[in-house]
Amino acid sequence: MIIADRKPLEEILQMVKDSNKILILGCKGCVTVCNVGGMKEVGVLSSILKIARKKEGRPLKVDEKTIERQCDPEYIAQVKEIVDKYDAVISMACGVGPQFLSEAYPTQRFFPAVNTTSFGGATSHGVWSERCAGCGTCVIHLYDGMCPIARCSKSIMHGPCGGSARGKCEISKEVDCIWDMIVKKKMEKGRLEDLIQMKPTKDWRTARDGGPRKSVREELVQ
Amino acid sequence: MRLSYPSSVKVIQVPCTGRVDIIHLLKAIEDGADGVYVAGCLEGECHYLSGNLKAKKRVQYVKNVLKEIGMEPERVEMFNLSAGEGPRFAEIAREMAERIKKLGPSPVNMKKAA
Repeated sequence: MIIADRKPLEEILQMVKDSNKILILGCKGCVTVCNVGGMKEVGVLSSILKIARKKEGRPLKVDEKTIERQCDPEYIAQVKEIVDKYDAVISMACGVGPQFLSEAYPTQRFFPAVNTTSFGGATSHGVWSERCAGCGTCVIHLYDGMCPIARCSKSIMHGPCGGSARGKCEISKEVDCIWDMIVKKKMEKGRLEDLIQMKPTKDWRTARDGGPRKSVREELVQ
Repeated sequence: MRLSYPSSVKVIQVPCTGRVDIIHLLKAIEDGADGVYVAGCLEGECHYLSGNLKAKKRVQYVKNVLKEIGMEPERVEMFNLSAGEGPRFAEIAREMAERIKKLGPSPVNMKKAA
């Protein structure tokens, strides 16, 4: 899923400093699962903003709504009747949300309440880690289920590099060296020779290097 | 035991402090409470194993939020005591009431009154 973290409150308060009536719009997709932008978090942010503004003596009226997803036009359409009733709308979805909303309702201003960070999963309760970099050409099978693009700090295809020490990456003692893990697993499984196989250079055009990407399923296009 | 504690303390009963969520603490502040505290069981003695530890983290979250928006984090607190400690319950109530008295009314209320 897409992982995000809530923006600092100061930044969010700054976004709505001139507003008196706002809508906080949550998303029931990925951001609900990573506990940053679902119905519950919408309620919490709403309460925080109201406290902060009451404290300043300029109460803020906040309405809360959470839609199924903010990355599909049919759900975005559900707020059509209400969206222009507010001075501003805060989206708690990933970066897709404020953009889809802005495209659908050009008369309103939409502010992101979260910083979208990565594609990943919950490695333990309350902890989400990056697992995919969306490079567009998956090579996970070549590295025994570990992605060197997403999980190596330098995204190198021929590690480990000189910065690997005792299984950790030089950028932080908290970060595992994925290449150390790949090599260990290859040795364990007796497949170390896989790593000396010649491979064509990775085609980075399918990643961000090729510009914004688009997926088309011809059988579905109307 | 007939122990007395400050009348300014309004007790809200929950089955376990694990039921207390961030939004409950925030709503109290939002609606004008000058302070909120959670009185949970002693750490390690939760009947549901980790209810009071969860509450502790949520209290800390709200403290951080208050700090971030320029309010005193001391307005929110977590205390741990056993159900058999009546005198300690009254003592905590007095301690918290005293702390809030020192801090003064919540800025949320001050602006409302002005």
